[in-house]
Amino acid sequence: MRMGSFAAALAGVALSAMAALAQQPIKPAVVYDKGGKFDKSFNEGVFIGADRFRKETGVEFRDFEPANDAQIEQALRRFARDGHSPIIAVGFSQATALQKVAAEFPDLKFTIIDMVVELPNVQSIVFKEHEGSYLVGLLGAMASKTNKVGFVGGMDIPLIRRFACGYVQGVKAAKPGAEIFQNMTGSTPAAWSDPVKGGELAKSQIDRGADVVYHAAGGTGIGVLRAAADAGKLGIGVDSNQNGLHPGKVLTSMLKRVDIAAFNSFKAARDGAWKPGTSVLGLKEDGIDWALDEHNKALITPEMKAAADKARADIISGAVKVHDYMSDQKCTM
Amino acid sequence: MSAAPIDLPRWADVALVPLVSVAAALLVAGLVVVGIGENPLEATALLLRGALGSAEGIGFTLYYATNFIFTGLAVAVAFHAGLFNIGGEGQATVAGICAAVACTALGSVPGFLAAPLAILAAAAGGALWAFIPGWLQAKRGSHVVITTIMLNFVAATLIVYLLREVIGKPGSMQPETPDFPTSAVLTPMHRLLAPLGINLPATPLNTSFLLALAALFAVWLLIWRTRLGYAIRTVGANPRAAAYAGISPAAVTMIAMTISGALAGGLAVNEALGVQHRLVLDFTAGYGFVGIAVALMGRGHPVGVGLAALLFGVLYQGGAELSFDKPTITRDMVVVIGGVLILFAGALDGLFRRLVASMLATGRTA
Repeated sequence: MRMGSFAAALAGVALSAMAALAQQPIKPAVVYDKGGKFDKSFNEGVFIGADRFRKETGVEFRDFEPANDAQIEQALRRFARDGHSPIIAVGFSQATALQKVAAEFPDLKFTIIDMVVELPNVQSIVFKEHEGSYLVGLLGAMASKTNKVGFVGGMDIPLIRRFACGYVQGVKAAKPGAEIFQNMTGSTPAAWSDPVKGGELAKSQIDRGADVVYHAAGGTGIGVLRAAADAGKLGIGVDSNQNGLHPGKVLTSMLKRVDIAAFNSFKAARDGAWKPGTSVLGLKEDGIDWALDEHNKALITPEMKAAADKARADIISGAVKVHDYMSDQKCTM
Repeated sequence: MSAAPIDLPRWADVALVPLVSVAAALLVAGLVVVGIGENPLEATALLLRGALGSAEGIGFTLYYATNFIFTGLAVAVAFHAGLFNIGGEGQATVAGICAAVACTALGSVPGFLAAPLAILAAAAGGALWAFIPGWLQAKRGSHVVITTIMLNFVAATLIVYLLREVIGKPGSMQPETPDFPTSAVLTPMHRLLAPLGINLPATPLNTSFLLALAALFAVWLLIWRTRLGYAIRTVGANPRAAAYAGISPAAVTMIAMTISGALAGGLAVNEALGVQHRLVLDFTAGYGFVGIAVALMGRGHPVGVGLAALLFGVLYQGGAELSFDKPTITRDMVVVIGGVLILFAGALDGLFRRLVASMLATGRTA
């Protein structure tokens, strides 16, 4: 008995020693986009994922919010010089800087989100936003009584047109005759943080008959969701789960799990399983999803849920192909 | 600058008052740092070490200082003519557009000509954008403060349109041009000095810093050693007396604004041709406005402008290092510290002039 428990204890020690061996000591770091850490959307998602890693593993991470373009490269290089790895670069605007710094420090691991950088020590994570947009488009069309739905984009770039194109395809799949109003807030980065204009665009779409409005506009979208809620219509959130912003007035949210991407990158590095290369996260990889929680469960009927589940299964199996705007810069719908 | 209502000895005016302002600003900034629970002395040490403690830190500090020298000089030259040019941002933006267009057109020009031509294009763009308000002021009496700041918005809209529709990189997520041809961009300092056996870490510091130093000297020559400079100062001090003396205030106004705009174009030279090697939106990043503070603090004199530019360079680079090392001091805190400095050195200048004057007066009577 004594012997048995001793052996068990020994085995336990050995196991934990092995686990400790398998875990690499890492010094992770994050360089945010110029939008800043607490933007209620994209950057904050990365922070939440990194913070979850810190809480679960006790491994501290460093982070930095660049104030101008020169500081992006400076921060990446400083983290690299201090031996931080993996270093997560958030957003497509860091690609040029990361390309330089990653080449200078070939022994360190870098991860970039929303952009592809092809270097042997860089992991690129991009998302299939069109797949998630398709699902919320499907749900939005089914929830619409007027058969008119709206889309408000942030800055007019191919990435946001990819959201719009997926959404249009989803709407048409549910109701081929539905009318879709599309607006972009602007053509500069200021379009990510203009909730007043976002609200006005949503209002004009609602005035034309839209009763569901989807936004892919970062901070601008807060205004879109509020305008929809104020008018008694439905909004659709993006990136993070925004259902709770106006409970009962947000149909659902298209989730882009940057938090999981950040968490997994750190975790893989710790487990020694980190790999460079491009990973494209879609519905299949759980990188993209739609939100169903206590705030919107009354809005989603069993038929809608069944339709969304079927569409998800069809996209994963390949039976339904959602056209990616960025593959040919076209949306033929 | 307008004549001071309080007479001070020259040494007090050029050295003591700015020093007192900076000291007061640092004191208040220190209180803010205490307020968020950090040690201000440690923060100051980190800031200084970050800005001046390593070759890399110095490189970044001088890179920022290059921007401030150009924008500070731009404001200073206009000041001497009694004009308040707050359009440095817009002038630099148009300078960047002209440099970008020149670079695309200059692909086949041999290297030793391409960079100087691109720099000239930048200067011409800035000069043009400042000439418009200069002409409006001289011929139509439209105040430059209004017209320059309005033209900032026009320039900001123009660059958006051009980057989106005309000169931008097709299919890019960011509004930016393709990379400039390598012959047109300026050499980074670390590469320039490497053949001489001086090994510097890679920083954004490039040959436009030398250009900035040359500009400091050239402005000193212009303002205090030439006939035109005398005319500029005369018009600035008293336009009616200048007209009586046979100097045309209208002509001087236009010339001074044009020179001012060309100097503001230096910001585009450093940022677009020297560092980013392409034209991106918002590359001016507020440097044009900080130039006003630099010129005020530097008393419009090139030596003062150079020192004030260095101070702001230290603040920008040291501030970045500070927020890097102290997560509680965010980048917004660094903006607060810079703002306090501008407030004390620029806006509250009169406060300390009076204080210094009364202190000196007591000293004399005692």
